[in-house]
Amino acid sequence: MLTRDSADVIVIGAGVVGAACAYYAARSGLRVTVLDRGPVAGGTTGAGEGNLLVSDKEPGPELDLALLSTRLWQDLAEELPPEIEYEAKGGLVVASHEEGTAALRDFAAAQHKAGVTAEEIPADRLHDLEPHLAPGLAGGVHYPQDAQVMPALAAAHLLRAAGARVRLRLGEEVTGLLTGGSGEIQGVRTNSGPVHAPYVVNAAGTWGGEVARLAGVELPVLPRRGFVLVTEPLPRVVRRKVYAADYVADVASGSAALQTSAVVEGTPAGPVLIGASRERVGFDRTLSVEVLRRLAAQATALFPVLAGVRVMRTYPGFRPYLPDHLPAIGADPRVPGLLHACGHEGAGIGLAPATGLIVAQALAGREPPLDVGPFRPERFASGG
Amino acid sequence: MARTPAELVGAQPGPPFEITMDGRTVTALPGQSVAAALWGAGIVAWRTTRVGGRPRGAFCGIGQCYDCLATINSEPNRRACLVPARPGDTVTTQEGHGRGALGV
Repeated sequence: MLTRDSADVIVIGAGVVGAACAYYAARSGLRVTVLDRGPVAGGTTGAGEGNLLVSDKEPGPELDLALLSTRLWQDLAEELPPEIEYEAKGGLVVASHEEGTAALRDFAAAQHKAGVTAEEIPADRLHDLEPHLAPGLAGGVHYPQDAQVMPALAAAHLLRAAGARVRLRLGEEVTGLLTGGSGEIQGVRTNSGPVHAPYVVNAAGTWGGEVARLAGVELPVLPRRGFVLVTEPLPRVVRRKVYAADYVADVASGSAALQTSAVVEGTPAGPVLIGASRERVGFDRTLSVEVLRRLAAQATALFPVLAGVRVMRTYPGFRPYLPDHLPAIGADPRVPGLLHACGHEGAGIGLAPATGLIVAQALAGREPPLDVGPFRPERFASGG
Repeated sequence: MARTPAELVGAQPGPPFEITMDGRTVTALPGQSVAAALWGAGIVAWRTTRVGGRPRGAFCGIGQCYDCLATINSEPNRRACLVPARPGDTVTTQEGHGRGALGV
């Protein structure tokens, strides 16, 4: 049935990952309907920081995805308007003691073999890069490929740039999937009626597990809470993304306990953003003063100048993680027509373009741009 | 005959004191906010916006809109409508975010 409303593919989720899926699918000629129960970037994306990092990733599938995304973001930055606040500012990871520096050096050497540009910065050169850094740090590594966008605006402008082939339907919650006689996808049911398409992409971020359940499959996406502090507007006091070496260990950790390691960055709008905390507390949005206190203490330890600056507000977000800390990307063999693009944990803004490209290639029946085996959505199926 | 708010409520304030605004002496009464003292002296703008450099002063007057930010005793981003004036306070026009000296 071909109607005015029919689409080739439905994307559930108008965050940056859903927007990237819609963008690349539309560019390959498909008509896309993007559904979201809230506004654009109203869930996982809007609570992010906009980190496009290669520096925090060890060699492996996620780093490969990040390196591809880094190149795609560079292209997108040319195509999308400057309002997305793309800044190829680079990252600086610092260590406070000599053992930390040695660990950083080894980590960077392994990353370098995988295609990451990394330059060791001795202690006496740190202040050339970041004049406000605390004295007494042992050294660091500079990662020129690290970059930043404003996540909500990036999602919105990706959707706009996708053009007339993308229909955006906000405020519509998917309540079920429509399937045919052999279980194949025929569309979705929403609170305002059915929407038909032969393919559905689950880009529901932290709620991707719930969408998978609607399709009768298991995808163990869990929320990991993180707080971000927002300072009053400042001139550029932090040039790059600057963080302590502990952050890399925290990102890779499977622990439920609270972990904090300051990640500090300026923004074109003026405020400095201070992340990043990680704790597994379900979908609890309660303000944690202890988390804020620790983040502020770690940030001012890196940049003492921030001690004299006010924090205007804070926000919590839920990073969608899967047990092996890799996203689920691609077709789900258990339900013909269902694809997943979720579970990117704290890296979804950065990994969005590569994810969208993989999904668009899969929809077009083309070879993926890299090995997608590690991202197979069915890899957690019990007994599978 | 002009009536002032102080007359209307029968206020009996303590003795006036002096603060300065960009070096100019302004008389304030105990209990007055910095913004009220500046208004009393006919001064309505004490900040310029970050992007356009346009003048700003007190708008809501009750601490909600953050338009009245001023640099008071060398500390930027104080809400002039909430900060009580104290003898000897030094108020200076805040340029934008008021933190220009920190830029690198």
